[in-house]
Amino acid sequence: MLMSRRGSFRLVRSGRPMAEQGIVKGGHRPKLAPGVRLQFDDRRQAWFLLAPERLMEADGPAKDILSRCDGRRTVTEIVEELAQIYTADRAVIDADVRELLADLVGKRLLQL
Amino acid sequence: MTAPPPPLGMLAELTHRCPLACPYCSNPVALENRAGELGTGEWRRVFAQAAELGVLQVHLSGGEPLARRDVVEITAAAHQAGLYTNLITSAIGLDPERLAGLRAARLDHVQISIQDTDPGSADRIAGYRGAHERKMAAARAVADAGLALTINAVVHRANIERVEAMVEIAFALGAGRVEIAHAQYYGWALRNRDALMPTRPQVDRALQAVARLRQAYQGRMVIDAVVPDYYARFPKPCMGGWGRRSLNVTPSGRVLPCHAAETIPLEFWSVRNHALEEIWLHSPAFQAFRGEDWMQEPCRSCPRRGIDFGGCRCQAMAILHDPAATDPACSLSPHHAEMLELAELASESGVAEYEYRGRMKAVPRPAPSVVS
Repeated sequence: MLMSRRGSFRLVRSGRPMAEQGIVKGGHRPKLAPGVRLQFDDRRQAWFLLAPERLMEADGPAKDILSRCDGRRTVTEIVEELAQIYTADRAVIDADVRELLADLVGKRLLQL
Repeated sequence: MTAPPPPLGMLAELTHRCPLACPYCSNPVALENRAGELGTGEWRRVFAQAAELGVLQVHLSGGEPLARRDVVEITAAAHQAGLYTNLITSAIGLDPERLAGLRAARLDHVQISIQDTDPGSADRIAGYRGAHERKMAAARAVADAGLALTINAVVHRANIERVEAMVEIAFALGAGRVEIAHAQYYGWALRNRDALMPTRPQVDRALQAVARLRQAYQGRMVIDAVVPDYYARFPKPCMGGWGRRSLNVTPSGRVLPCHAAETIPLEFWSVRNHALEEIWLHSPAFQAFRGEDWMQEPCRSCPRRGIDFGGCRCQAMAILHDPAATDPACSLSPHHAEMLELAELASESGVAEYEYRGRMKAVPRPAPSVVS
């Protein structure tokens, strides 16, 4: 499976300026915010991020990232693990992970 | 018509009983009584069927859900069915023991209403002395317990000038999310429209305040808004489309496409007689306004029909007495000007007294009859 800069996440791409990725540091240990759950739905055969009054599908890379946001792994470790699974360039994975995490922090779905 | 996709959310109205009497309550004017309420076991069955049908989130609501002695058991049942659980409460009755029970039942999220930031005004709106104080304490306890908290504030003429203060209070209480919900005129709110409707300039100021506050709280607290549709240009996409995303179960088990749907004369089925999936797919009420076949002009040929689904059926019913008409909140409706006029007249009516939900209206006593 290939993880590319474009279209690899179906989880809301914000179009947020790249600078905001800067809030996510390699040493952060991200975890889902209170009231947020990652859950597999049998009926739709899909992963969902469930949160107060909202939900979104988290498939492929997004699910692989979020399922590692357990408050124990660091961002660097998460990127490392994804680099084992996906054949994309590590720098690309790193940027993608930070972009997704920064976006979810902004939406208060994730804590660093 | 092809089978509709499974619903994502379910509103479970556990009871219509409530210690508060808010004049904007969306419950029907004819409240259901305690004797007819579904039992714990019946709710357990409904949750299992809902999860199987594809529902992901359940909103435990009312009335006041804490008025049910078995609310912890009900919450646990919903969680065990695999549902994300959201408790929508006034917080009256949320004592430490209850809160601990709900946490142990793995409740995911709590939504607490506030009526205003000024305690006197808040208690007057709620029709319950001391409500505001108790809500503040309960909201703090929820946040301290590490539970996700939303503060919900219904906005109307008596409190609309304090939108900013309501958002500040929500943040100070530890909420991760605040809802600024302009009153929606169904049920008791429709009865109280003259006393609730804000003026146009008030609404404009409130909308600007919310836009400003969203910037200010970016990344710290989510601010969601329910728009004031009497002054809108386009209608709200009510329920994300009729029978398309969610369903509502009343205290006695009737299943509705939205909480106000009983204002429309339709055939509603009950979980006491039918499985939830059967109701979702085949009951007359859910079929009535699904898809686009029921639409009239200007909706039928409107490029926005897939965006706002003709607006709200219950509003078309309430204002125009035709549930298939274009929501008059839409500027393309031939009746839009009438709706705007209703709003303006109501906002300038000067009516300050509420008809409190579920309480008898004060009627002057007739003079004692004279026995001749």
